[in-house]
Amino acid sequence: MALAPEEPELVQLLTPEGELVEHPDYRVDFSDEELRGLYRDLALVRRIDAEATALQRQGELGIWASLLGQEAAQIGSGRAMGPNDHVFPTYREHGVAWCRGVDPLNLLGLFRGVDMGGWDPEEHHFHLYTIVIGAQTLHAVGYAMGLQRDGMVGDGGPELTGAAVAYFGDGATSQGDVNEAFIWASVFQAPVVFFCQNNQWAISEPLERQTRIPLYQRASGFGFPGVRVDGNDVLATYAVTQAALARAREGSGPTFIEAYTYRMGAHTTSDDPTRYRIAAEVEAWKLKDPIERLRSFLIRTGKADQDWFEALEEESNQLAKHIRAGCLDMPDPSPMTMFDHVYVDPHKPLANQREQFAAYLASFESTSEEHS
Amino acid sequence: MARRQFKLPDVGEGLTEGEILQWFVQVGDRVTTNQTLVEIETAKAAVELPSPYEGEVVELLAAVGDVIDVGAPIITIETEPDGAPSVPAPAAPSEPGAQAAQVGVAAAMGGADPEIAAGLIGGEAPGGRTAVLVGYGPRTTTAKRRPRRAVHESGHRPTPAPDPASEVLGGPLGTEGVKPTRYAGVEFGRLIEARESAHGGESVPARTIGVDEQGDAGRVTVLAKPPVRKLAKDMGVDLRSVTPTGPGGTITRADVAAAAGPAAVSLAGESRSSTAREERIAVKGVRKMTAQAMVASAFTAPHVTEFLTVDATRTMDFVEQLKRHPSMQGLKISPLLVVAKAVCLAARNTPEANATWDEAAQEIVLKRYVNLGIAAATPRGLLVPNIKDADSMSWPEMAVALNQLSATAREGRTSPADMAAGTITITNVGVFGVDSGTPIINPGESAILAFGAIRPMPWVVDGQIVPRQICTLALSFDHRIVDGATGSRFLVDVGRVIEDPITALIL
Repeated sequence: MALAPEEPELVQLLTPEGELVEHPDYRVDFSDEELRGLYRDLALVRRIDAEATALQRQGELGIWASLLGQEAAQIGSGRAMGPNDHVFPTYREHGVAWCRGVDPLNLLGLFRGVDMGGWDPEEHHFHLYTIVIGAQTLHAVGYAMGLQRDGMVGDGGPELTGAAVAYFGDGATSQGDVNEAFIWASVFQAPVVFFCQNNQWAISEPLERQTRIPLYQRASGFGFPGVRVDGNDVLATYAVTQAALARAREGSGPTFIEAYTYRMGAHTTSDDPTRYRIAAEVEAWKLKDPIERLRSFLIRTGKADQDWFEALEEESNQLAKHIRAGCLDMPDPSPMTMFDHVYVDPHKPLANQREQFAAYLASFESTSEEHS
Repeated sequence: MARRQFKLPDVGEGLTEGEILQWFVQVGDRVTTNQTLVEIETAKAAVELPSPYEGEVVELLAAVGDVIDVGAPIITIETEPDGAPSVPAPAAPSEPGAQAAQVGVAAAMGGADPEIAAGLIGGEAPGGRTAVLVGYGPRTTTAKRRPRRAVHESGHRPTPAPDPASEVLGGPLGTEGVKPTRYAGVEFGRLIEARESAHGGESVPARTIGVDEQGDAGRVTVLAKPPVRKLAKDMGVDLRSVTPTGPGGTITRADVAAAAGPAAVSLAGESRSSTAREERIAVKGVRKMTAQAMVASAFTAPHVTEFLTVDATRTMDFVEQLKRHPSMQGLKISPLLVVAKAVCLAARNTPEANATWDEAAQEIVLKRYVNLGIAAATPRGLLVPNIKDADSMSWPEMAVALNQLSATAREGRTSPADMAAGTITITNVGVFGVDSGTPIINPGESAILAFGAIRPMPWVVDGQIVPRQICTLALSFDHRIVDGATGSRFLVDVGRVIEDPITALIL
């Protein structure tokens, strides 16, 4: 099933061999520099992911959810967003976080257990990671309905209007929350894009245990359009997301995007995929690698030369070193910080608790740091 | 010179140990950051660990096959092998450095390589570490309370809310100086008589277990922490019979162990919770994998087992001839070699026995090659490594492959790759001295052959009863793929080769 051939309705602009192809409804118009920029995003995000995985294996992170194989789905959709579009991610959207300007070290901090994420969702228009499967789709629809009520929907263009983008996976489509989110979004014509990365595996459950029909076809039952895009094609993902966002912002309602991709690695570092899927499947998807196809396109068309790739490799190495050093240098949190971001406005009971806890900590002869 | 030790990390949320499968580096090797050092197997997965340091390998602290606790060092790396002046920890690049400072929170502490901090969870769990659902698990070191300040400068020290029960029962501590505690409605550590008389019997009478006056009639004189009580229960020790040596007259683990006698003492320290009459062994690692694989196979593939008893005398003669053959010098030759050949040949005639049921695709995948699995009892448990493309091997090649396979398994070096992608399996139960069995198919395959012991038995040859070397073959097959006729043909083909190895030339 996971090896199903590309079906005719799959939107693709760049083939796995790196050839541009035409599509009647979707096209992109990128400068050479923008194309190189997309490649740089893909390569650096993969490197961040690899370094984080290694750090987990060295005991520096409690766990890590790798995005390996899903870079194009995330970079393509992330780069299609405007300044007011607001992302509601799962815990694997490291590439989207990158596009929204979130420091990768913030992501590592969460998985190292020193904080709960630590970035400002308002500043980056990127919500905190959501571990509960599918819950963020309801948050996204609520946010989108808020945009409607704030007058952020209409023909003002991306600068004056906005949409919410809910990320989730193929497994999440079986969740009640997600189906409720579809219904609310549909009934209220909420400006939301449901971006489903169908990576074929919900931990160890294959797609055929989630659905009898292609996932994107479910959207029509809820009353909004669905489209399947080659999630390993950064250009097609960009084009499809851009169109869905434009539709949402102008008030035409939600779109379901099924980015057809593959989780090349384990579900998380705690998982061993060799126990439930065959190597041949992984090998087949390697041939559809999202980065290799853009690389061969850039080389063949002369849009990037060897020097450029080498410079990027060096930048990538520096970034990895920065990530490693930054991760190892992260301070353990002070117990008092637990009171800092619970409520927007301080109030008396919280202040009392903080005071009591401070007194309790002060009752010891040494700090816990000194003691260790 | 700066030597760093890499401690076995918890690679899978709550693991407590890992087994060293293979080292990819040796002492003296130069390694770079993130270079793969070692492959370990945990209860969850076989995992390669990348090096956290750059430098030269000074010492490997664990051998292949060792089971190492999470947190124990496994390798020492000299990070300045040339004696270069101390290089500061990798400096953060200048421009993103500012961003790094935003991450995290106040209070600087720790580093990449923290000392083992005092444990907060656990206490005296049997066998030290306890597996937990998530996180890193309790430390094995003994928890130490941080000392409280003698005087409260702040005056803010919170006073615990008064416990109504202790109010009722309030008063000075018992003369033994043991602080009383309440547990499940029972007060421990104080005499109660005074209490009852003081309250004129109006309070809820609390039963008390005191620490004094051993053997006083009607009073149980036991003070022990719950884990010690559990240990005593597991070991079948009556706590009333134990002489306490702990503080305040409490019974310690050592007291329980001593009371149980020398035989039980050794049990107390092991990660098995056991009693004299029963032993409990945690299901993990290979045992767990085996269990899962066997359950999966037994309850998805409808098994049919057929038996065939054959005269293996000619096979035994043939093995003797092979042993003397120049191409087989230095190799251990057994009848298993003939069976292995026979299975490969029979699979060519009956590919259904060398096939996979693809549930998802609703297809049967017939393999045009044989990756011949050999079930092996190893120190790690039952493993089924396979010989890749066994069907294309000559007799000497097959003999070498079987020798290597068993040597690798015996040394515990069988890698996951060795066990992957098998197509059919032989289980040589004969080496255990039994005649036959009903083997369970290795998941993903369609048949398994059990090869029983070869022993002299009366046999009818040309109407005469003569002693022959007799052996029983049992073939279990997946009836979704293999029908009775097909399975029988396969089994008979194998039997023909064993009855007369020359058949191998014409099959």
